[in-house]
Amino acid sequence: MKSTLIKFPSPSSAEAIIAVSGLSRQFGTKKALNEVSIFVPRGSVLGFVGENGAGKTTLIKHLLGSLKAMTGSVRVFGLDPVLDPVGVLSRVGYLSERRDLPGWMRVGEFIRYTQAFYPGWDERYASQLLDQFQLDPVQKIKTLSQGQQAKTGLLAALAYRPELLILDEPSSGLDPVVRRDILEAIIRTVADEGRTVLFSSHLLDEVERVADHVVMLHQGRVVLNGRTEEVRAGHISALLAFAQPPGASPVLLGAHAVTGFGSEWRVLFGGSRTDLVTAAALIGARVVEERTPTLDEILVARAGGKGS
Amino acid sequence: MQLRISIQDGTPIYQQIVEQVKYLVAAGRLKLGDDIPPIRVLAEQLRINPNTVARAYLELEREGIFTMRQGFGTKLAQVKVLLTRREKLRLLAEPADRLLTHAHHLDVSLDEVIALLRERDAAMQPKSSQ
Repeated sequence: MKSTLIKFPSPSSAEAIIAVSGLSRQFGTKKALNEVSIFVPRGSVLGFVGENGAGKTTLIKHLLGSLKAMTGSVRVFGLDPVLDPVGVLSRVGYLSERRDLPGWMRVGEFIRYTQAFYPGWDERYASQLLDQFQLDPVQKIKTLSQGQQAKTGLLAALAYRPELLILDEPSSGLDPVVRRDILEAIIRTVADEGRTVLFSSHLLDEVERVADHVVMLHQGRVVLNGRTEEVRAGHISALLAFAQPPGASPVLLGAHAVTGFGSEWRVLFGGSRTDLVTAAALIGARVVEERTPTLDEILVARAGGKGS
Repeated sequence: MQLRISIQDGTPIYQQIVEQVKYLVAAGRLKLGDDIPPIRVLAEQLRINPNTVARAYLELEREGIFTMRQGFGTKLAQVKVLLTRREKLRLLAEPADRLLTHAHHLDVSLDEVIALLRERDAAMQPKSSQ
């Protein structure tokens, strides 16, 4: 039975690359992170979702050691990123949403400059990426398009083959072609020797394709945390029909969002099918349609009543 | 081997792969000894997590549909296993459940559903006859 080609470790059996427990952070009176605990095993891809201001970037800053944990603990590769920034950052590739590249440098200069910081820099891989991303080494960074800048930043984050790749909204503001390149880079990173990726995004379609784990933040708290397919399977989008139209929006135990009018209401329900049928019967409704919702629908429902 | 993944579909992605491969085999579009794309290639093609593809391949290997050997890549093996009647019926059980759920919600009786199936089958005959 030693014949299998599979080299991707099963994420459940692997060691923790990121372990955050009970992390809270306050900015003034605002709780940016509230008792956040996450665990990212080696070789997995964690999709980090939530509306703007949910705390995603704040958590990423803790992982990079640029914010110190007020309460709780943060470990990356088993190390404290604040106490051992070199030990952590030399093994992390990071691309922020605001790409912060030195505009006055040429692409080639920037690559050589970045290379100097990382002994593990893979020159062949870097030139392969340069080629693939169709970047011109003599072009000044400030003259690059948004998409080209993102690719330049991504090249710099990938070329030393980091064990952990952290991407903060890598696709934000980019066209579909560049988004595709970024997505493929993530896929290749995982396919190569089972490296670990954490990426935040509000493009839930991407998260759904690529992430094996999803963590959803809402107002600084983790509201969902699990395998992508289990998170989806744990919810039902159902259409309820009432024999008697309820006067106001019906209240259903376990429902995260209720929309509708008259005698038909759509609910996003967290729980099993049996629970749903029981809960519906209690308020005089029956389930006339049901399907597994997308992550997008779950996020909108979980992130508060207003649809967006 | 061309597969299509739908995010809207409630079926987990790895299961979509498993089901589509089985379907391709049953339809004779994948043949014994055919090369199967490496995990990483299929992952990039479908733009999905390689772990997900690996999981589907593992499942297909466990069911004896794929063989994966170091240095030889992944190949299609033992098509006969798939072609047992039980396997085929198992593949149809899920869509059948879905159809019956719909029918139940719409208050359509089983007899009417069976009649509908016959009717649809008759309608499809001229196109799919080979």
